[in-house]
Amino acid sequence: MKKKNRRVASAFYFMVIPMALLFFTLHTLPFLQGVFYSFTNWKGYGKWAVVGLRNYIHIFSDPDIVQAYGFTFYFALFATILVNLFSLLLAMGLNARIKLKSTLRAIFFLPYILGNLIVGFVFKFIFANLLPPIGKALGIASLSVNILGTDNAWLGVLFVTVWQSIAFNMLIYLSGLQTIDHDLYEAADLDGATGWSRFKNITFPLIAPFFTINMVLCVKNFLMTFDQVMAMTGGGPGTATTTVSVLIYKRGFHGAQFAYQSADAVLLFLIIVAISLFQLFVLEKREAKLA
Amino acid sequence: MIRHRRKETLRVRTLVLSVLAVGLILFPLYLTIVIALKEPSDMVQVLSWPKNIRWQNFADAWNMVQYPQKFTNTFLITIFALIFTILTNSIVAYAISRNRKKSRFFNVMYYYLISAMFIPFAVIMLPLVKLASILQIDNIAGITFLYVVFGLPMNTFLYSGYIKSIPESLDEAATIDGANPWQIFTKVIFPLLTPMNATIAIFTFMWTWNDFLMPLVLLSKPTQQTLQLSQYVFQGQFSTDYNLAFASYLMALLPIMLFYLFGQKWIIGGITKGAVKQ
Repeated sequence: MKKKNRRVASAFYFMVIPMALLFFTLHTLPFLQGVFYSFTNWKGYGKWAVVGLRNYIHIFSDPDIVQAYGFTFYFALFATILVNLFSLLLAMGLNARIKLKSTLRAIFFLPYILGNLIVGFVFKFIFANLLPPIGKALGIASLSVNILGTDNAWLGVLFVTVWQSIAFNMLIYLSGLQTIDHDLYEAADLDGATGWSRFKNITFPLIAPFFTINMVLCVKNFLMTFDQVMAMTGGGPGTATTTVSVLIYKRGFHGAQFAYQSADAVLLFLIIVAISLFQLFVLEKREAKLA
Repeated sequence: MIRHRRKETLRVRTLVLSVLAVGLILFPLYLTIVIALKEPSDMVQVLSWPKNIRWQNFADAWNMVQYPQKFTNTFLITIFALIFTILTNSIVAYAISRNRKKSRFFNVMYYYLISAMFIPFAVIMLPLVKLASILQIDNIAGITFLYVVFGLPMNTFLYSGYIKSIPESLDEAATIDGANPWQIFTKVIFPLLTPMNATIAIFTFMWTWNDFLMPLVLLSKPTQQTLQLSQYVFQGQFSTDYNLAFASYLMALLPIMLFYLFGQKWIIGGITKGAVKQ
């Protein structure tokens, strides 16, 4: 009798299998194909042969790829730190009985709903036409020219990426802060804990799970940065702001490097998995310690 | 005394936040609107309100990017992706989360889908584009289909978290009344999923409406392009006619901004629900 109860009705299999097959065909299969092609020399057309690990070995001595990874890591690091810092500050600012609270929250969340590409275009105009006169008036040389055409182009892309990403992370922190019981703060007040010590000992440990989510999501998203770069610099000047995703797109589709860029893509995948797992492991361990 | 000081800090805080909101978030929007409404000769003082409002910018942009066509494409993709995502992904998540403990198959399915979340689109896009042209799904119908399938990992994750909180005794009671799993899902479970359906609808809407990379690599025919993609494609033709370009940007942003203006509380609430579940 008990055994019969545990049998799964066949209807449940029918609910899952069609979509699972579609997912396998359209998502997993291309992924496996990509892995396979990364061991070949296919250009995207014509004949090909299996070349073993040659693409992977070549990647590490290819200045363009090394530069793209260097830039992507650098960029993701800065973006993650800045987004988390500002979105947490903003969430704490909004998490009080202030006037206009819901209006302010709605305004700060607005960037999330706007398309990356158009936001990139608007800021491109600001950097090219509005900022240089201000920079000149203030006598700041690096701001007197279009920042996107200089060595500082990455700062422009970073600014826009942070501007847009704060919105979503702020909302996650805000929902974390709202789970904290107000009595806790009053108890802390009585104990004389204010400011930094209150944040360090009460607020942060309690929102640690939200910090974990934000860190993992940020790193993963920023390692895949694409839209903002395409909108603002196209990867330039030169190759200064070319991220790995941009490189895969440009060379894979237009540079006859299908197999070679597949190896690049597989490497990106391995790096993202490794970093995400590492983060989850380290941050969850620390969460456990804080709790 | 303390109370008074606290009131004072709250006032300062409100002021700082308001200045930031206006200076950092609303200013670029104001700029977009102003430029979209100006004549090219009125661009010397970019920030001033237009001397003469030039609606012609919108008409020109409308014709140039063929707005009605691009809007229709984007709208169809978004609406159908949203409907089919909710109908199909919820049922997959239901079957998986109700049977994970009973059967290894469903447990494996769960981990299979969840682990696919780690695969960035850039990693599969080269082979996918080849596959899409073989299957002839490099068009708006095909990309809609792909959105429904590619949303599955994330949505399975979100739905299962929610379904877990629906007591299984409901299923059991319905079984005793003679309902089969399909009937249980459609009559009992699906109506209870409404809050999570709303969350997933919002996420799907934002994703499909604003996506750039997937349309870029899959929708090469001009008649199939989306609003976002057409802004990119027409960059060269806008060149330095910023008024025309910004009118076009504004028209691409407007539908989602109107949606946000009226459904702001609902949208933020829905996304918060999804974010907490993560």
